[in-house]
Amino acid sequence: MSETTDRIALLVKRGKINKASPFPPDLKEQDGADEQTKAALDSGAKPSEILDGCMKGMQEIGTLFSQNKVFVPDLLMSAKAMSAAMAHLKPHFQSGEVKRKGTFIIGTVTGDLHDIGKNLVSMVVEGCGWEIVDLGVDVGADTFLEAIEQHPDCAVGLSALLTTTMPAMSQTVAAIKEKSPQTRVLIGGAPITREFADKIGADCYSPDPQGAANYLSTAAA
Amino acid sequence: MGKISDMVKRNRVLISDGAWGTSLQQKGLLAGECPEEWNISHRSDVLEIARNYIYAGSDMIQTNSFGGSRFKLAHYGLDSKAEEINRAAAEISREAAGDKLVIASLGPTGKILMMGDVSEEQLYEGFREQAVALEAGGADAACIETMAALDEALCAVKAVQENTNLEIICTFTFDKTSAGDFRTMMGVSPSSMTTALIEAGAEIIGSNCGNGMEQMICIVKEIRNTSSDIPVLIHANAGLPVVKDGNNTFPETPEDMAGLAPKLAEVGANIIGGCCGTTPAHIAAIAGAVQ
Ligand code: B12
Ligand SMILES: [Zn+2]
Repeated sequence: MSETTDRIALLVKRGKINKASPFPPDLKEQDGADEQTKAALDSGAKPSEILDGCMKGMQEIGTLFSQNKVFVPDLLMSAKAMSAAMAHLKPHFQSGEVKRKGTFIIGTVTGDLHDIGKNLVSMVVEGCGWEIVDLGVDVGADTFLEAIEQHPDCAVGLSALLTTTMPAMSQTVAAIKEKSPQTRVLIGGAPITREFADKIGADCYSPDPQGAANYLSTAAA
Repeated sequence: MGKISDMVKRNRVLISDGAWGTSLQQKGLLAGECPEEWNISHRSDVLEIARNYIYAGSDMIQTNSFGGSRFKLAHYGLDSKAEEINRAAAEISREAAGDKLVIASLGPTGKILMMGDVSEEQLYEGFREQAVALEAGGADAACIETMAALDEALCAVKAVQENTNLEIICTFTFDKTSAGDFRTMMGVSPSSMTTALIEAGAEIIGSNCGNGMEQMICIVKEIRNTSSDIPVLIHANAGLPVVKDGNNTFPETPEDMAGLAPKLAEVGANIIGGCCGTTPAHIAAIAGAVQ
């Protein structure tokens, strides 16, 4: 890993967005992911080095989050720092110079309005190099199927936080598997268990975003 | 009627009410329907829930307004009706309460301030609008509940304080971390909540929801280590629900919860009620056990 990669990784992990951001206090008035990415690209760093830095930083914070060592705000700040770095990569994505690993479609199932967990999963998965299509909350099976049609090689993530919306999750997985058996489906949310995932035919269950990112990386490789 | 915070100083444990969300579901509220809209369309069902808690022995009851902020109502296209829906919520509970107290529920907006989802001014305005309508409908206190982020909770406390005469109750929801301590999902501990809320001027603080009665005993101990005299309200849920034979069931029975209620009072809770999965039977059992 290059020095650039390590520097970006640290800024993403610490959630240092830009110079103006007061967070974290010990990095006050120092350059953030925004300035450092721009400077690195200007002085000839490869876009892939930046992307690797984002991935490494998000992976590290994601792991600490799984261990309850950091909380939602820390993950959110890291995701913001990641976005600040990624903004500079946009032209390089468009030109095809750096590539995403694939498309990840995510949504919270019908009847369920909880989106904090889903959003964290999208951020971490995005940080690991995937393009995200976020369908929002209260998403019906048909909407998922339409999105899959538009992105045939995608993987899909479903979130449910209520025991009363677990049946909707089960129906959505069944609908996806019927229409598009090769599409990998990941599920999660506080009441979801591995047994439930097995029972309803989902490909992966993870209690946290990092597990989803890890699964996608290995399954895609 | 006097203030709740004065009543608890007279050394009696007060009894609050139990679940609303799960009670509405039993009356036919479907997943995806707006619970607060029932204040208008199913007034008598909502009134019956409130009455059943009064019959069960509650000294105070909540209002069906947990998701009544304009931000939550917007999902159902009902944000322009926030005033009407919240006022109706308080009127219904007022009608059921008789000489008992009405503590009006204000839940989180689902917006995260630090993400810039909304501005602090917008959030304040949402809580102000909700609290003013609840007071107009006859509420005695505001119960700002299920909070996780300090910035949102403090904004709500301020909006209630500056725009109403409601007594202010504020409770947070804690999870047990893998290290065994308690934190909200935003990382707030019971002791940091206690310090911040007392400083902001909340008159009663505590915890609601979470994962059952036993964890609440640990949470109250931590609050009491930080403040020995702030009145503490606990609305524990009946554990986390499991699906049994296709039905949503909560693990803790009225007897389970009543069994732990005296211990909860002993470690320092002044007001005890229930959250998700608790019923009038739970409340009656708890009242019997502590009074
Ligand atoms: C915040 C919250 C709300 C907010 C939601 C705000 C929002 N924008 O999301 C509000 C106040 C609106 C709300 C409303 C309700 N809620 Co609520 N809520 C919670 C609370 C306190 C935290 C949920 C949360 O965001 N956690 C933090 C995130 C980071 O965790 P998470 O969502 O579990 O996600 C993590 C993992 O599960 C995983 N994950 C999540 N999704 C996915 C997807 C994939 C693909 C993968 C791999 C992983 C994954 O990764 C995430 C990060 O680690 C929980 C209690 C709790 N402690 O869980 C109750 C809780 C989920 N709510 C509950 C209830 C009952 C309700 C209401 C019905 C209450 C009511 N009376 O109206 C309504 C339902 C509204 C609806 N139709 O959806 C119950 C559900 C009980 C059950 N199991 O059925 C809970 C458990 C409270 C309780 N103790 O009883 N709620
Ligand atoms: Zn609850």
